[in-house]
Formats: sequence, structure tokens, C-alpha cells
Amino acid sequence: MSTSTTHQRGRGQRGFLPWLAAPALVFFVGFAVIPVVGVLALSFTTWDGIGAIQPSGLTSWRAMLSDPGLLHAIWITFLVMIASWAVQTPLSILLGTFLAGHQRYRGVLAVVYFIPLLLSSAAIAITYKALLDPNFGLGAGLGIDFLSQDWLGRPTLAFSLVVFVVSWQFIPFHSLIYQGAVRQIPQSMYEAAQLDGAGRARQFFSITLPQLKYTIITSSTLMIVGSLTFFDLIFVLTEGGPGDATRVLALDMYKRGFQASLMGPASVIAVILVLVGLALALLLRRLGGRDASQSQIEGA
Amino acid sequence: MSTTLTRPQQQAAPHRERQHRTGPARRPNWLGGLTSVLWLAIVIIPIYWVLITSFKAQSSYYVSNPMLPPGEPTMQNYRFVIQADFIQYFVNSVIVTAGAVIPAVTVSFMAAYAIVRGWSSRFLRAANGLFLMGLAIPLQATIIPIYLIIIRLHLYDSLLALILPSIAFAIPLSVLVLANFIRDVPKELFESMRIDGANEWTTLWRLAAPLTRPAIVTVSVYNALTIWNSFLLPLILIQSPTQRTLPLALWNFQGQFSVNVPAVAAAVVLTTLPILVLYAFGRRQLLGGLAAGFSR
Repeated sequence: MSTSTTHQRGRGQRGFLPWLAAPALVFFVGFAVIPVVGVLALSFTTWDGIGAIQPSGLTSWRAMLSDPGLLHAIWITFLVMIASWAVQTPLSILLGTFLAGHQRYRGVLAVVYFIPLLLSSAAIAITYKALLDPNFGLGAGLGIDFLSQDWLGRPTLAFSLVVFVVSWQFIPFHSLIYQGAVRQIPQSMYEAAQLDGAGRARQFFSITLPQLKYTIITSSTLMIVGSLTFFDLIFVLTEGGPGDATRVLALDMYKRGFQASLMGPASVIAVILVLVGLALALLLRRLGGRDASQSQIEGA
Repeated sequence: MSTTLTRPQQQAAPHRERQHRTGPARRPNWLGGLTSVLWLAIVIIPIYWVLITSFKAQSSYYVSNPMLPPGEPTMQNYRFVIQADFIQYFVNSVIVTAGAVIPAVTVSFMAAYAIVRGWSSRFLRAANGLFLMGLAIPLQATIIPIYLIIIRLHLYDSLLALILPSIAFAIPLSVLVLANFIRDVPKELFESMRIDGANEWTTLWRLAAPLTRPAIVTVSVYNALTIWNSFLLPLILIQSPTQRTLPLALWNFQGQFSVNVPAVAAAVVLTTLPILVLYAFGRRQLLGGLAAGFSR
């Protein structure tokens, strides 16, 4: 079909395109792919973070797999994941659906809602720490006993606080996703339902929720995979405490590696984190019947 | 393309008219309304509290009602925070953010262009798959080898140590979003560029870049936000106080002066102020772009 000149030119062009991707690949391979492979390699070594790296076979793996601390960290990570998902999803859907309406004050609400999205986890954690101080915080000043409990000193309270602050930080982002999705639902579907006499609740459960299926999967994927990375917030808020009540995997990795200078065992935890992340992404992809990234591509 | 970003607004207009006619919106959504007001209070209270507390004198803080604004607002906390080298930390954060966002978005844009235009190439499809995998892997898990690499490159305790991994971490999502927008550019435009004798390099900068400008802004703002707020990288890769970025400095400051709550509040406000300015500036692009990138 093509003459030899255009054919050659086409080949020349195609030969140039991979070079355009090369710089991104170099950065990504250097500081993401090699580290992922590297962390697996480091899990078979002994290293204190400063001295020489000694190969040590399965020592770290054996030590970690028989360490009840690891199981506990996995359990806490799982609890944070489930609890923060269960708090965030219904609220985000509700707020997103509401924000998708066309009330005049909606714009103002949206501006305020999205502020938490902008703040650093460190700033948020520090604010809540000061705000909930049992002696000098909000509760003491206003005389509200519920608020002046020792939020960081008791395991259940500290755990609830972590879930609450995570929700405070991320609900805006997920409401935004749902808001965009609800706006894409054809209005005619609601009109038809209304002609059939369906009420608001019925419309929500028969139209809005089913139409949001893929959004729920995308949003849940981001929440669940994201929950593996709640390091900053928990580190500044509770440092994993009291005791190890909020010591999630990422925190356990940091403490063993950079505070106890046991890079081998810390690398084992990192490998587990990578595997859990990949497994969850694949599982949710199965669940959705299609790739979350695919749905993002179609959504744009 | 600008049309992509304005699409929700354009759709919104006919909806509004139609709703007035048939009126599902006439019956108020009590549950949604109530939740939204409640959530508004939950969002505002901590922000309001930090703001008013930052203007209180330390001596009056413990005896005043925490929810009432200070009787005599003082700037002394802000003066104290600025004297604690926060200008230096601000400059560091600006250097790291600009130094990472500009190259990250540039290389991501080039890669996204190559992936969209060269979809027939197996190499580029594999590269795309690799970037997508980067979205599923919690990149914090790679911090130990990154620490090792940074030490071996003799970059430990430098701002470049923060910049290089930040670029890598920003690439997967940037490529994904930018590729989505480049795909929206009509094929005919590429074809006419080709007929005019333009090569891929020229087409990239003269055609694709101007047409996807809103997406480039969105991705830049989003990455800037992530990198500005990043805490783990400086925590691990920075040692000297002079090299700290704002979140790390804030954490250290809090550890040192935790009893001086008004000063800590002022530090929180000061580290957040630049982002709020950025938000006021690029709100539409950020929110519109995020919605377009993830919805559906």
C-alpha cells in the first residue's frame, strides 16, 4: 500500500518514538524497578544500614515468619484497610451524589470540602494531636468529656482516631470521583424511573448505585492499595502506638529498618507489602471484570 | 484538549433546565443535605481551630476558650516560626518540588506521546504495562533500596536525593493521565502535521503539547501537591537541619515545641499557605482533571 519512501519514513518515525519514552523509563527503572528487585535481594542479606551488606540466605525470612510482630502488623494493616474503606465508601458516595446536584451553594461546599486533600499528612496529624490533647485540647477547653479522652494513650481510641483522620483526609478525593461519575449518569434514566413512580431512595438504589459500579471498584482500589501506604499520618500521629496498636506494615518496616538497623527483616516486610499491593490490585481487577486503569482510560 | 475539561460543565447546563421541568431535585435530599452539613463542620472545625490558635499568645492559650478567636491577635507565633529557619525550609521545598515536577511532567509527556503514537510497537506497550504496574505497587516499600542507591551515589543528605525518586514515583500516574488526553487529539491533526513534513519531535511540541495544556497543568499541580507534602523521603534521606523540607521541618518543630501549641499552629498554617494559594490559582484544573482522570 505504501510507497517505499513513506514506508521507510514510517519506520524511521517508529524508530524514533521509543527514544521519546526512554528518559521516563530510565528514571522509572532506576528508582522504582531496580528498588523493587533490590528489596527482594536485600531480604536475603544482613545489613545495618551503614556497614557492609552480608548475604545471609533465608535468615531474615525465617526470623520474620516466626515473629508474632509481623502477624500483628499484617492484622492491624488489614483492620485499618477494612475500617477506613467501610467508613469512607458510604460517606463518599453520599457526599459525591449530593455534590453532583445543582444547588447553588454546592460550589462553595465543594471548595471547602477539598481543602483536606491539599494538606500534608504531617500537618493534619500534628493538628489533630494538638486538637485532641486531653489536657489542653478542644475537649478540655469546651468541657466535652467525649473529646477529652486520652485518644493517643488507649489502643482502641488510637485505632479509631487513625481511621477517622484517614477518612477526614481522603473522603474529599473519593467524593470528587463519585461526583464526576454521578454527573455522567444519563438524566433520562431518572426521568423514566420517575414516570414509573420510583421514589428518591428507590432511584438511588436502582439507578445511581448500579451505574456507579465501576467507580466503586476504581475508588475502592485506590483506597485499599492506598491504605498500605498510610505511613506519614500514622507515624506522626501515633508512631504506631500505644504499644503496637496502630503499627501497620509500613511503620513496622520503618521501625525495624531505620530505627533498629535491621534492614534484612525490614526488606522482608517490604517484599510482603509489594506482593500484597499487587495481589489486591489483581483481585480487584478480577472483581470488576475489567482493569481499573482501563476504566480510567475510558473515563477521561 | 480544552473541550475534555469543560465537558462536565457543558453537560450540566441542559440537566439543570430539565430538572426544573420534571423536578427530581424539587424534593430535597435530606440525608445528603444533612450529611454534607455535618461533614462541612467536621472539615472546618480543625482548620478554624488551627487558624485562630495561631494568632493567640502562648500565655493566653491555656486559659482561653479554644473555639473563640483571640481577644488580642498576635503575630508573635509567626515571627517565632520564621526565626526557626522556615524561610530556608520553604526554599528547599520549592527547589525539590520544581526540580522534580518539571522533569517528571516533561519525561512523562514524551513517554505518553510515544505510547499513544507508537501503540503498534511491542516495546512501547511493554513500557506502558510497566508504568501501570507502578500504580499497584506501594512505592514506599522500595525505600530501603532507594536509601542504598542514594548512599552509593553520594547524594545522601542533599536535595537531589529527594528529587530523583520523586520524579520516578510521579511517572506512572502522569503517563496514564497524559496518554488519556493525547488519545483525544483527533488523528487527522497528526496526519496533517505529517503531510506538512513535521517529524514526531515537532508534532509533540507544536501539536500535542498545546492541545493537552489543561491536562499538563492538572498533572503538574497534582504532582506538585504530592511532592510538596512528601514526608517519608526527607525523613530517610535528609540528616542536616539545613536540608529539611517543610513537612519534615514541621514535624521536628512540633517535637521540639509541642507545649507551645500556638507556635505549632502557626507552623502548620505557614507550611500550608503556599498550597492554598496554589489551590486558589489552579482549583478548576486540579479538580476537573482529577474527576476526568478517575471517574466512570
